[in-house]
Amino acid sequence: MSKIGVFVCHCGENISATVDCAKVAETAGNYDGVAYSVDYKYMCSDPGQNLIKSAIKEKGLTGVVVASCSPRMHEPTFRKACAEAGLNPFMCEMANLREHCSWVHEKGEATTEKAIDLVRILVEKVKYNHSLSEIKVPVTKTALVIGGGIAGIQASLDIANTGHKVILIERDPSIGGHMSQLSETFPTLDCSQCILTPRMVEVAQHPNITLYTYAELESLEGFIGNFKAKIRRKSKSLDEKLCTGCGLCTTKCPAKKIPSEFNEGLGKRTAIYVPFPQAVPNKPVIDRINCTYYIKGKCKICEIVCPTGAIRFDQEDQIMEVEVGAIVIATGFTVKQPDFFPEYGFGKYPDVITGLQFERLASASGPTLGEIRRPSDGKIPEKIVFLACAGSRDPAKGIPYCSKICCMYIAKHAMLYQHKVHGGKSYVFYMDIRAGGKMYEEFVRRAIEDDGVNYIRGRVSRIYEKNGKLIVDGADTLLNAMPVEIEADMVVLATAGVANEGAEELAQKLHISYDPYKFFAEAHPKLKPVETNTAGIFLAGACQAPRDIPESVAMASGAAVKVAGLFSQDELTREPIIAVVNRQAPPVYSSCVGCFLCISTCPYQAIEKEEIKNRNGEVIKSMAKVNPGLCQGCGTCVAFCRTKSIDIQGYTHEQMYTEVMALLNEY
Amino acid sequence: MTLGFYPGCSLKGSSREYAESVLAVAKAFDINMEEINDWNCCGATAAHNMNKELSLALPARILSLAEKQGLTEIVVPCAACYSRLTVTKYELSKDPALKTAVTDANGLEYTGSVSVLNIVQMLDKYITPNLEGRVVKPFDHKVACYYGCLLVRPHEILKFDREEDPQSLDVLMLKAGATPIDWAFKTECCGAGLSVSRTSSVGRLSGKIIGDAKDRGAEAVIVACPMCHSNLDMRRDAINSYLGEKIDIPVLYITQAIGLALGLDRKALGLQRHFVKVSV
Ligand SMILES: Cc1cc2nc3c(=O)[nH]c(=O)nc-3n(C[C@H](O)[C@H](O)[C@H](O)COP(=O)(O)OP(=O)(O)OC[C@H]3O[C@@H](n4cnc5c(N)ncnc54)[C@H](O)[C@@H]3O)c2cc1C
Ligand code: SF4
Ligand code: SF4
Repeated sequence: MSKIGVFVCHCGENISATVDCAKVAETAGNYDGVAYSVDYKYMCSDPGQNLIKSAIKEKGLTGVVVASCSPRMHEPTFRKACAEAGLNPFMCEMANLREHCSWVHEKGEATTEKAIDLVRILVEKVKYNHSLSEIKVPVTKTALVIGGGIAGIQASLDIANTGHKVILIERDPSIGGHMSQLSETFPTLDCSQCILTPRMVEVAQHPNITLYTYAELESLEGFIGNFKAKIRRKSKSLDEKLCTGCGLCTTKCPAKKIPSEFNEGLGKRTAIYVPFPQAVPNKPVIDRINCTYYIKGKCKICEIVCPTGAIRFDQEDQIMEVEVGAIVIATGFTVKQPDFFPEYGFGKYPDVITGLQFERLASASGPTLGEIRRPSDGKIPEKIVFLACAGSRDPAKGIPYCSKICCMYIAKHAMLYQHKVHGGKSYVFYMDIRAGGKMYEEFVRRAIEDDGVNYIRGRVSRIYEKNGKLIVDGADTLLNAMPVEIEADMVVLATAGVANEGAEELAQKLHISYDPYKFFAEAHPKLKPVETNTAGIFLAGACQAPRDIPESVAMASGAAVKVAGLFSQDELTREPIIAVVNRQAPPVYSSCVGCFLCISTCPYQAIEKEEIKNRNGEVIKSMAKVNPGLCQGCGTCVAFCRTKSIDIQGYTHEQMYTEVMALLNEY
Repeated sequence: MTLGFYPGCSLKGSSREYAESVLAVAKAFDINMEEINDWNCCGATAAHNMNKELSLALPARILSLAEKQGLTEIVVPCAACYSRLTVTKYELSKDPALKTAVTDANGLEYTGSVSVLNIVQMLDKYITPNLEGRVVKPFDHKVACYYGCLLVRPHEILKFDREEDPQSLDVLMLKAGATPIDWAFKTECCGAGLSVSRTSSVGRLSGKIIGDAKDRGAEAVIVACPMCHSNLDMRRDAINSYLGEKIDIPVLYITQAIGLALGLDRKALGLQRHFVKVSV
C-alpha cells in the first residue's frame, strides 16, 4: 500500500489568490494511499522543504506530490529534498498549480476544482513510479566555437585560458567579424582594429585553440558532453603549410575587379585574396567563382609566381569529424542593404550607403584611406544625412524591433564626419535616441553639443536624386511635423541589424530554437541569456539579437564560464528519463517482435539490435535495445512501437493511462 | 463577356472622360460593362473620418447590390472608391460582428463573394493579354506614371503592387508603346480633397509632382484616379503659379492613353474635356 504525501504550496499569493489551497490539501488527504497532506505558504523555502523531509521520515512516505509551480522551476529542489530524506528522488512528482491553473484562471470554485484534479492525477501516477537512478556520461573536454567575430574570439580565449581545448571555425577566410570592419568604436572612439587585432593574433597563437577558417558546420549529432560535429573545410586551393603569406600571388592575379566583401563593395579585390592586411590567418584563398582559371580553364598565374609552389587547384573540400563536449554559437548578424528600401532608391543611388559602408570610408584601412569621399565621384560630401531606424521599428517592413546599435554608431559617424570634414554639415533623422549604456548618452550629447550635428526628430519619406543632389524629404515632428527637405551629397542609412542568411538552417542543424526574426533563442530571456534550450549549446554575441561590442564580449565570457563549468566535471549526470525496451522471462524475453521500426524513427540513432543466443550460440531472439547514453527521451519510438514494448521511464504507458483514468473516474 | 461596373460619383461628374474611356476600351475588346443598379456613394473620405460602421455600410451596400445582380467581378476605376470597397471587404471578413451590424443596417445580404478590380487589375487581366496586334498607334512618348496615395495603399489590405515603388502602370504603358520615366513622385500626395478648400496647398503639392515630371522630360502624366487627375489638370493654374512657369504637360487617364494606342476616337475617350490641352 502506497503512503503518499501531498504538499500544496501557496507560492505567496501566486497560487492562493485564485485557488483555495487548504481545500486542495484537505481533499487530497482523503484519497486512497495518501498518508499525509498539508498546505504551506512557500514550499520551496527551507521550512517548506523541511516539512517534506520530516514527513517522509516520520510517516514513512513512499511517494511525494508537490503541488506548486512548474517543474521547470523547482523539480530539482524538491527531488533533492526527497533524496536527502532517503526517498528515491524519482518518487517525487510535481503538480503545476501555478502556470497551469492559478495564473491562467479567475478566482473561483472551478479553479480550485481544477487544482484538485491536477493533484489527483499525480497522486495516482506516483503509485506507479519506480525508483530510478541517474545516468552517468563522460564529458569530452573540448569546445567547438562557431563564428570568429569578437564574440567567438572572446569565448575561445576565455575557454582556452581555463586549460581546455577549443576548436574555432570561421566561415570567412579570416576571423574578426564585423568588428574588423569598423573604423573607431563608440563610446570611446578608439580604433577598432587596434583593440581587436591583438586578440585575433592571440587566438592564432594559443596552444589550446585550433582555428579553421573557411570552414562551416556540416552536421551535428550527440548530446551535452558528447557531441560529434562534422566540419566542412572549404578548399582554399592552397597548401597552407607551404604558403608563407608573401602575397605575391595577390599582386599578379588578373581578376582584379571583384567587389571586396571586407570593404562592403566599395573597394575591389583579386580572385586570390587576403580579405584585409591584418587578417588571421594571413594567407590567401582562391575565390573559385571569380577565378579566371576556374571560369575559363586558363590562367594559373598565381601558381607560376608563387615562390613556394603552394597553390593547389585540385584541392577538394574536406569533411572532418570532431568530438566536442560543448558548443558556443557566435555567428553574429548582418545588416539590411539599401536595395531593401524602394523609398530610398532601391540601392540605385551609389551615394546612399549603409552604416557599414560608412565605417569602411572612415577607416584608415578602407578604400579612401579614411577620408570621407562619396562613392559616385570621390567628392567630399559637404552635406551628409544619417537616417536612423532604416527598416528597424517598422512593422510594415517586418522588423518591429529596435536594432539597438545604430543610434550609437550614427552619433559616432556624424562625429567622425565633423572631425574629418571641417565646415561640413551633418543631419541625423531619428525617431528616439536610444543611448542606454555607460557613457552612451554623454557620447550622443557630445555629437550634438560639441560637434554641432543637427538632430532632427522625424522620419524620411523619400530620397531621390535631382541635379546631382540627393533630395531627402522628411518631417520635423518637434516642429509640428513641418516638412524638411535637405539637398544632401551623401546619405547613410542605419539599416536594420538582422539575422544571418542561413541562420535558420544552422539552428536546425544544431537542434536549437530561434525567434520569429531568425535570431537564436536563449533558454530564458532573463535568467539564461547565454544558454539555449539544448543542453551543452551556448550563445554569444549578435547571433542572439543585435548587440554592441561590450555586450557581445560579456555574453562570450558568460558562455565561456558555462562551458568551463561543464568541463570541470569528469562525468555528467543525466536524468534517467529515457526509453527502455521491456524484458520478460524466457522463453518470451520481451514483447518486442523485432520489427525495428523504432531504429528508423529514432532521431538520435540511439536504438540498436540485440541478439539473444542460446547455449549453442544460436540466435533465438532478435530485439531492440536502447543505448542509454544516446537516448534523449523524446519518445518517438514509443509512439511507433506497434507492440507497445517501449516505455519512457517515469512516463510509462501505465502511468499515462492511470493519469487519464484518474481524470475520468469520479472520486 | 460581362464585368460589373461601379462608376462612383466622380465618373458621373468631374471625370466623365474617365468613364467614357474605360467604357470605350472595354467595348473595343467586347467586354460588356454592367453598371450596378441603384448604387450609392462609397463614403469617400468623409464617412471613415466620422463613423466606422457607416463607412463600411456604404460600400457593403454596393457589394451586396452587385451580389444580388449576379455579378462576380466588379471594376472600380476610381482609386478612392476602390480603396473603400477593398477595405470594407477586408474589415468585414475579419469581424463577423461588424458584418452582422452592417448587413442589418443595409437590410441586404452580404457574403463578400464579389471581387473588386481596380483599373490596372482590369486592364492586366482582360486587356493586356489580348493587346498584341491591337496597338495601331503606339503611345510613343515619355510618360510619368503617377499612382497617388490610394491605388497601392495600404499594402496589407490591397496586396497590390509595391507600395513604395509601384510598377503596374509603367508596365501597362510600356506595352502601349510608351517610355515610362524613372522619377521620384509616383506616390507623393497631390493634395487630394484640399483641391476645394486650400487650392494653394494643392498648387504646392501637385506642383512638385508636375515640376519633377517636367524636369525629367515627361511628355504626359498618366493617372488612374479622378482626384489626382483633377488636381494635376484642373488646378494647373495654381500649379503654374507655384512653380512660376507655364507647364502644359497633359494628364491622361491610363484608359485614355491605351485608347489612343488602340486608335480609338479622341472624342470617345473624352480628351476634349481636359483643362490642359491634350496635344499628344
Ligand atoms: C555600422 C556598424 C557600426 C558599429 N559600431 C560599433 C561601435 O562603434 N561600438 C560597438 O560596441 N559596436 C559597434 N557595432 C556592433 C558590432 O559590430 C557588433 O557588436 C559585433 O560585431 C558583434 O560581434 P559578433 O562576434 O557577435 O558578430 P559578428 O561580428 O557578426 O561576427 C560573426 C562571425 O561569425 C562568422 N559566421 C557567420 N555565420 C557563420 C557560420 N555559419 N559558420 C561559421 N562562421 C560563421 C562571420 O563570418 C563572422 O566572422 C557596429 C555595428 C555596425 C553594423
Ligand atoms: S588562377 Fe585564379 S586566382 Fe590564380 S591568378 Fe589566375 S585568376 Fe587569380
Ligand atoms: S537603435 Fe536607434 S536607430 Fe537603431 S533601431 Fe533602435 S531607435 Fe532606431
